[in-house]
Amino acid sequence: MKRRDCLLALAGLAAAPWTAALATAPATLHVFGVPPAPERVRRVFAAGAPAAVLVHALAPDALLGWPWPLSAAARGLLAPAARGLPMLGRLAGRGSTLPLEKLVALKPDLIVDAGTVDAAYLSTAERVWRQTGIPYVLVDGRLADSARQLRETGRLLGVMARGEQLARYADTTLLACGPGAARPPRVYLARAADGLETPLPGSVNGECIEAACAVNVAREPGGGLARVSREQLLAWSPDAIVTQYPEFHALARQDAVWRRLPAVRDGRLFLAPSLPFGWLDGPPGINRLIGVRWLASRLHDAAPSSDWIERARDFHALFYGHVPTREELTRLPGLA
Amino acid sequence: MILAGHSAALRVAALSAPVFAALLAAFAFGPYPLSPAETLAALWAGPSAVNDAATVVWQLRLPRIGAGFLVGAALAAAGAAYQGMFRNPLVSPDILGVSAGAGLGAALAIYFGLPLAAVQAIAFVGGLLAVAAVVFVAGRVRRHDPVLVLVLAGVAVGTLFSAGISLVKVLADPSVQLPSITFWLLGGLNAVAPADLWLAAPLIGAGLLPMLLLRWRVNLLSLSDEEAAALGVNVARLRGILIVSATLMTAAAVSITGIVGWIGLVVPHAARLLVGPEFSRLLPAALLLGGGFLVAADTLARSAAAIELPLGILTALVGAPVFLWLLARSGRGGA
Repeated sequence: MKRRDCLLALAGLAAAPWTAALATAPATLHVFGVPPAPERVRRVFAAGAPAAVLVHALAPDALLGWPWPLSAAARGLLAPAARGLPMLGRLAGRGSTLPLEKLVALKPDLIVDAGTVDAAYLSTAERVWRQTGIPYVLVDGRLADSARQLRETGRLLGVMARGEQLARYADTTLLACGPGAARPPRVYLARAADGLETPLPGSVNGECIEAACAVNVAREPGGGLARVSREQLLAWSPDAIVTQYPEFHALARQDAVWRRLPAVRDGRLFLAPSLPFGWLDGPPGINRLIGVRWLASRLHDAAPSSDWIERARDFHALFYGHVPTREELTRLPGLA
Repeated sequence: MILAGHSAALRVAALSAPVFAALLAAFAFGPYPLSPAETLAALWAGPSAVNDAATVVWQLRLPRIGAGFLVGAALAAAGAAYQGMFRNPLVSPDILGVSAGAGLGAALAIYFGLPLAAVQAIAFVGGLLAVAAVVFVAGRVRRHDPVLVLVLAGVAVGTLFSAGISLVKVLADPSVQLPSITFWLLGGLNAVAPADLWLAAPLIGAGLLPMLLLRWRVNLLSLSDEEAAALGVNVARLRGILIVSATLMTAAAVSITGIVGWIGLVVPHAARLLVGPEFSRLLPAALLLGGGFLVAADTLARSAAAIELPLGILTALVGAPVFLWLLARSGRGGA
């Protein structure tokens, strides 16, 4: 089928609801429009932060810009080319910060979004594709599916070997959790400056806990984020507390109430680095792969004293194409 | 005016009993399982004991109940004063933009990743700034009804600051800062620590004192400005004092709990239905009811589920039916 015919076929599909387009797409990818041939994908617009991290890892030269304002500290840890990319804004339906006209002016060959795939995101993707004519790929961004995301997006962007290389890192990170002799540790993931915001099981923000073969202590139905009280935490008494917020980490170590928790008292309060992209969350993308290894080691290893600066340098070299110096990494909260 | 005809002692007893019950319930219930005997023992043992029960009772429940009562009382008192002063039953403490200002301050502080104390301080300053802007603008307009100008300027400045909040929310990282901002705007007492209480209590007290001292004169503000002036009241100064007091109380309350709606609007009405519109009776009734009501709502917020239910939602859920019931009852009684 010639390219024009293919387009016509899809135009026919366009009259049908988006589910018709879905049926023809691979499981992890939902494609609207006809993506260009992989070797011709030169300019990619990432619709959200997880997608930007994904595209930046696979094909940094194709990434047109960052969808959110990346801090100077984060930029400093990236390769010079990625450091200088502009902030463009994101596409998220009503929450979009990028006007569609500007999107058209950017002339991307492809729009990539990664994250939750539900009817709202699918319909947003379909609408943007119809209005702009730019092919739109929605990648199911679950942490457990990282390897497949990397392989399939890599194929789409014409960087199959690179996708395979990164996917192998994901494969070895996300090993199945065996039945294990001991019961899995119960972990509380603390967010916000006061540490009282937490993801519930099923939330995309707390996936690193299950991936590290642990149990989220906030066993409430619902998913999403919630606020809890310190009294509830005393009642839960988690085995370990992890956070990405240095302010909270400092607060918990000196506050009398937090110090009542065995996890804090026994030194099982762990601070994860959050730069250039969070190790546990923020954004919920493949940047969490090193965080899963870090968390699993903190929770399960008898002597988790291995050099995380060196491992972080390996991860940066592999995923971000740039190796920060030991000094740069030592300055990061969580690695110091 | 269900209680207006009765003696003062009976009124105090009738209002205090449910408040006392709310305080008791607040001590008894919570996610950490403590029997009443354990709670009493921990209370008796004092704050210096080192065990979980002492921590729960002295470090968590007591400050939380104290802050809840203080904030509820402050919002209700500020609302009662404003409703009298603006001669308008739909006025709440945030009519002059204090909540929007505090919200913008907090949203900015969260956006820049500042620690908790800074979020509170900037929220407090933001609330004061918003009201200062309203008063400044209103002071420049001479040829209109000053009360109307204040309300309109308040609405405009509040809208401006709300737009600022929305802008910060759009710019915020959706997976990191946005949820924190949203939770702050919904209000909650779960982060309250004793230190917050020590900071907020003097500010709220400082705001309440002029209101208590001037409680007789506040009634005169329900007259027109000319009539009040004829009775020897410096209307502009009295209004200024009330605005400063109410703003101080509301900003201090909001900075430690986030935005808790509904109380400042409806508790004064409930109090008025019970004891009548006379401010020297209304103020203590509003203080008691506001405090008791927020403590009750917060007890629900922390015991109904393992996660916290936002206070702003609960005050509306619990408050609206109670208020409708009161309204229907007082209507039947021929008030």
